Amino acid sequence: MEKRELTCIGCPMGCTVTVEMNGGQIVNVTGNTCKIGDTYARKEVTNPTRIVTSTVIVEGAPMTRLPVKTAADVPKSDIFRVMDVINHTRAKAPVRIGDVIIENVADTGVDVIATRNIA
Amino acid sequence: MKDYEIVIVGGGPAGLAAALSAKEAGCDSVVILERDSVLGGILNQCIHNGFGLHTFKEELTGPEYAARYIDRVLEAGIDYKTDTMVMDIAPDKTVTAMNRTDGMFTIHAKAVVLAMGCRERPRGALNIPGYRPAGIYSAGTAQRLVNIEGFMPGREVVILGSGDIGLIMARRMTFEGAHVQCVAELMPYSGGLKRNIVQCLNDYDIPLLLSHTVVDIDGKDRVRGVTIAEVDEKNKPIPGTEVCYPCDTLLLSTGLIPENELSREAGVEMHPVTGGPTVNESFETSLEGVFACGNVLHVHDLVDYVSEEAVRAGAHAAAYCLGNVRASRKEDTITVRATGGARYTVPSTVQCDRLGDLLTIRFRVGAVYKDAYVSVYLGDERVTHLKKRVIAPGEMEQVILKKEQLTAHEGLKEITVTIENE
Repeated sequence: MEKRELTCIGCPMGCTVTVEMNGGQIVNVTGNTCKIGDTYARKEVTNPTRIVTSTVIVEGAPMTRLPVKTAADVPKSDIFRVMDVINHTRAKAPVRIGDVIIENVADTGVDVIATRNIA
Repeated sequence: MKDYEIVIVGGGPAGLAAALSAKEAGCDSVVILERDSVLGGILNQCIHNGFGLHTFKEELTGPEYAARYIDRVLEAGIDYKTDTMVMDIAPDKTVTAMNRTDGMFTIHAKAVVLAMGCRERPRGALNIPGYRPAGIYSAGTAQRLVNIEGFMPGREVVILGSGDIGLIMARRMTFEGAHVQCVAELMPYSGGLKRNIVQCLNDYDIPLLLSHTVVDIDGKDRVRGVTIAEVDEKNKPIPGTEVCYPCDTLLLSTGLIPENELSREAGVEMHPVTGGPTVNESFETSLEGVFACGNVLHVHDLVDYVSEEAVRAGAHAAAYCLGNVRASRKEDTITVRATGGARYTVPSTVQCDRLGDLLTIRFRVGAVYKDAYVSVYLGDERVTHLKKRVIAPGEMEQVILKKEQLTAHEGLKEITVTIENE
């Protein structure tokens, strides 16, 4: 039986979660204090994912940068491909929170959306 | 200038939540005075996610979290003035402020809510030898440059201090193509949240050098490198352990200090540990009718707790204006004492009859404790004995007591929060 200790990043509590594995199969998850921790631990040992947050250039606004995020988590290994697309994107004001800025970013199946209202 | 019953100083998360709460508690005469040109405070530059899990049960970025409150403030029709600097708060709650359209003006408030937030500890406070070249930034300044202004402060980066903003910026700079060589931390533990060490440093193989500090900065016009050395138990650099890191940028994330110039001028009693005002159960300072919440009171890790405290401060400010509170009485005051590892508590005093159903006491510890207990004593009786796997200075702790527990203890004078090994 293999044991892996993780720090859950689901929220700032940072619970220490232990995953027991047997030949690549998850046998048990302990130490989490909510469901997010269980989901995180199972994903982290099989296919780790992260939400990516960054900014894109915005035109026609009082400020030059619009903050954005991936609408869902993307595989960790795709983060820099996602960043590359984000860095080559320009948005136009007005923008509302949740507006899709990039569809299906870097073929991850996930959209990049605005996280700030800009009139 | 129109007079208001409640003046809220600062339009960040604390000020916004306090204003909403004051309005909901029945006070229609509320104004927020904000120094920046927009509401939202520092959340606007915190574009990373992880905000609001407690409050909204979903994971938001800083600007999204701020927008939820800004939208509600606008809907509620609460007045606010941006680009407005508060110059003075007099003990009689006359607030003097100025901006470009109104000039200098005064508001004769019945209650004031202090919500000014905090500032970063600057290089000048760290006694780092070496020149003063360009390329040395506080982590929050770098965060503003990258996320709001759209400038990269540098390409080869060393970070001193493992506060959360430094950790967040390690990842952010990496995303934008910079190379972060290491994060050096003077203490033997990190000052930031565990989750940030995992997702900002470990994810990108950025080493965290505990018990290390910067002993020299090289470069005359621009940073060319920094020398990092290991330190002993007394935080003194150990000769022979120096390593030079060639770099063009040094970010400092060495602590946050509540911004209390206005509070001090007003004559508010300050807490020697938090650097913020001492407050009672109603978040009221030593000046009757002056309340404090958010990072101006004590520096938080979670904005959710800021909002929660601000809601209470705002509601109490409204109750005070409406005449629904009796004045505090010295003979009924219970002192909350932090000892045995706990460094401070918020609140510092409690008056039972002004309490809601629950009393939340928040505190921080001065060192890392493993498998230790958070204990609370009412007088000599231990009422809380909570086992924790880890208690660390970087993470704020809390205990919650029921009002009945306090009232059942007749003649209670002191509540003690302490860390025990067994």
